Amino acid sequence: MLEMKNVYKKYKNGVTATNGIDVKIDQGEFVYIVGPSGAGKSTFIKMMYREEKPTSGTITLNGIDMGSLKNSKVPLIRRNIGVVFQDFKLLPKLNVYENVAYTLEVIEENPKNIKKKVMETLDLVGLKHKVRMFPDELSGGEQQRVSIARSIVNQPKLVIADEPTGNLDPDTSWEIMNIFEEINTRGTTVIMATHNKTIVNTMKHRVIAIESGRIVRDEQRGDYGYEI
Amino acid sequence: MKSNTFFRHIRESFKSLGRNGWMTFASASAVTVTLILVGVFFAIMMNLNHMASSIESDVEIRVYIDRTATEEDATALEEKIAAMPKVDSVTFSGKDEELDSLISSLGEEGEAFKLFQQDNPLNDVYVVQAKTPNDTIPLAEEIDEMEFTANVNYGQGTVENLFSTINFGRNIGIILIVGLLFTAMFLISNTIKITIVSRRHEIEIMRLVGATNSFIRWPFFLEGLWLGLLGSIIPVAAVGTAYYYFYDYVSPKLQGHFIQLLEVTPFVYQVGAILILLGAIIGVWGSLMSVRKFLKI
Repeated sequence: MLEMKNVYKKYKNGVTATNGIDVKIDQGEFVYIVGPSGAGKSTFIKMMYREEKPTSGTITLNGIDMGSLKNSKVPLIRRNIGVVFQDFKLLPKLNVYENVAYTLEVIEENPKNIKKKVMETLDLVGLKHKVRMFPDELSGGEQQRVSIARSIVNQPKLVIADEPTGNLDPDTSWEIMNIFEEINTRGTTVIMATHNKTIVNTMKHRVIAIESGRIVRDEQRGDYGYEI
Repeated sequence: MKSNTFFRHIRESFKSLGRNGWMTFASASAVTVTLILVGVFFAIMMNLNHMASSIESDVEIRVYIDRTATEEDATALEEKIAAMPKVDSVTFSGKDEELDSLISSLGEEGEAFKLFQQDNPLNDVYVVQAKTPNDTIPLAEEIDEMEFTANVNYGQGTVENLFSTINFGRNIGIILIVGLLFTAMFLISNTIKITIVSRRHEIEIMRLVGATNSFIRWPFFLEGLWLGLLGSIIPVAAVGTAYYYFYDYVSPKLQGHFIQLLEVTPFVYQVGAILILLGAIIGVWGSLMSVRKFLKI
């Protein structure tokens, strides 16, 4: 579903973040992206949801060429991609329900279906009983659940997570990982950048290691491979 | 756009006014303060302009008809003048009328002129009114060139001064109003910008979950509109009421003078409409300008 061919990314300030990447990720895969800080993981991920454009090379997502995609069309492809961040990025002035329903309102979903879908998704992440609470009334793990619910409520084919457990304690991290595992078993592709060695070594999946903007390792059921 | 999306935008824009309470208050008050200034200034300018116009329209051209002209010549002259595009009206004033008005204007001393009633030395006169007062001078010059005009009088000298003073005043007024509006827009759009910058997180997330730019813009557009309208309530009421009392107080004292204030209605409604419109435009402009920064178009 996602394919990168010879992708380079050089920022205006001269930093080369991606130095010739070739990769292919199939529908339904679960992929960890690992590597030291500053290796280019974030840029790699940002190019997948077209937050950044490659300087050269091609990126195709479900047959759409992301490099030549017009800015005005970007919102449309974002609807097939859920994105989860380390810092949750929830809207502080909206409650749990509204934060999740937001994704559906934006794509002009029929209001009749919104409530049903939101409640189902909140049930999946285990937050059905906290729908009226605001983000600052929730723990970090709960906020991350809301953010996951938001990213999957419109049933995207691909969920991208940039260090989703980076701000969470080990127990909570496992709970979050279980949710991603559940999403993946339902057929959604999950691509996750992470620094969490234990998780990568325990919950075995494909591992792509990036260093200095290049893929240095790509193995099915791989290890984290770095000492912390 | 689906109709329930439109209602969502309206709902969202109101919600966000409430949720950003203080920012709403700050922006609306900025609109209020500037619109009060604009309103007061505008009322003064419009009245001065009105007075200037009534002075100006008092200016007329007196065309003295050559005494050798026959009646046909005089009629031909009248038709010629009336046909000029800049001319509004031509009125005939015979030499007897002229003498009468001269006598009455001089009072007791005028009695002496009654002797002339037997053999009137005055000319017949056409009183010409220009369509636009500013055209008076060139018009007078053109008429002077015509045949059978003995003399053309429009208050040479005085009128030039009067017109240049009035025009100067008007230009100053226009510059001041434009300057004030510019300041107002700058001030208000800056305040609104602050409220929106504090919400750029929100815009970022909207983009992330797949909102199109127009979808993002709508609630901000409406919010700016409400802010502008909200901010114009007090100025409209204040300027309207103030003008009502001012008119009540001042206009009796101007009774009999040919300078008059503009009537309360429809003037107050006109000013009100202008202020509301300005508030709305400024609000919308301010918020759209600020959102633009965060949308990659």
